[in-house]
Amino acid sequence: MNLISAVEQGYIKELPAFNVGDTVKVFVKVVEGDKERLQQFEGIVIGKRGSGTRETFMVRKVSFGVGVERIFPLYSPSIDRIEIIKKGSVRKAKLYYLRGKKGKAARIKEKEFAKEE
Amino acid sequence: MIGILGKKIGMTQIFTGDGKMVPVTVVEAGPCCVVQVKTLEKDGYETVKIGFQEIKKDKKVNKPMSGIFKKAGVKPYRILKEFPMGDLKVGDFVTVEKFSKGDNVSVTGVSKGKGFQGVIKRHKFAGGPASHGSMFYRAPGSIGASSFPSRVWKNQGLPGHMGSERVTIKNLIIVDVKPDQNVLMIEGAVPGASGTYIEIRKED
Repeated sequence: MNLISAVEQGYIKELPAFNVGDTVKVFVKVVEGDKERLQQFEGIVIGKRGSGTRETFMVRKVSFGVGVERIFPLYSPSIDRIEIIKKGSVRKAKLYYLRGKKGKAARIKEKEFAKEE
Repeated sequence: MIGILGKKIGMTQIFTGDGKMVPVTVVEAGPCCVVQVKTLEKDGYETVKIGFQEIKKDKKVNKPMSGIFKKAGVKPYRILKEFPMGDLKVGDFVTVEKFSKGDNVSVTGVSKGKGFQGVIKRHKFAGGPASHGSMFYRAPGSIGASSFPSRVWKNQGLPGHMGSERVTIKNLIIVDVKPDQNVLMIEGAVPGASGTYIEIRKED
């Protein structure tokens, strides 16, 4: 398996380090016809899985009262950049319990961090 | 034709330049040393015999084989295979640099053993209904009529041993070549489990 991870190193790009519980803004490249634009998806990271080039993360947001979850491959070229909005302090690796919560109950304790500009 | 010997390391997935994710098999291939060049005059056909995976300990090589390697003046190798290649001398090395991105290759290896299997897995039979009193779930059904031919036709699919056989998969595409790591990345799956020795061929 060592050779596989060594090979994967060549395809891994540098991204801001974020964890489960953080609020992130993902800028996704969307191609419409022959034009390309950036679409934003802001929400809480409720899970990460995989390693190397196969790593993915799941972002959940509530849009017009409807919960929306998207799974992004971390090193996908269609992700332009990732911004960290808030750092969260959580004790679980998967925040699936947020699916059953609404409003105030669906908040996450915040951790202080210096936002990079 | 260019042929090289390799070892299947495992699978992963990478992104291509146009944003597509492709499943790839990582193969450690070569460098393969030319052990013998067979000629039309002497051997009746033209091939190049190459060796892969050097044997480090002398006692792991038996006497007849070590004689062959000593005569050729090369180090002993674990795997030897012949490929019809030209322009090579004894002692030359075949490396992954002979392959490039986008090449169409055939990969041969010994497939994973599946043991004794029934007709549904082994010959893709459809099987019967599972419920409603059906007594024909995974059975092969009739294997021949009684009056004619009154025997079982040749090649009638029946249960038996599956896998562990030499399989060639054609038209696989090379996604990337890493000469410093001796690695070929081939799109899709190749026969065998991780650690299987495989042959990779590129037709001219």
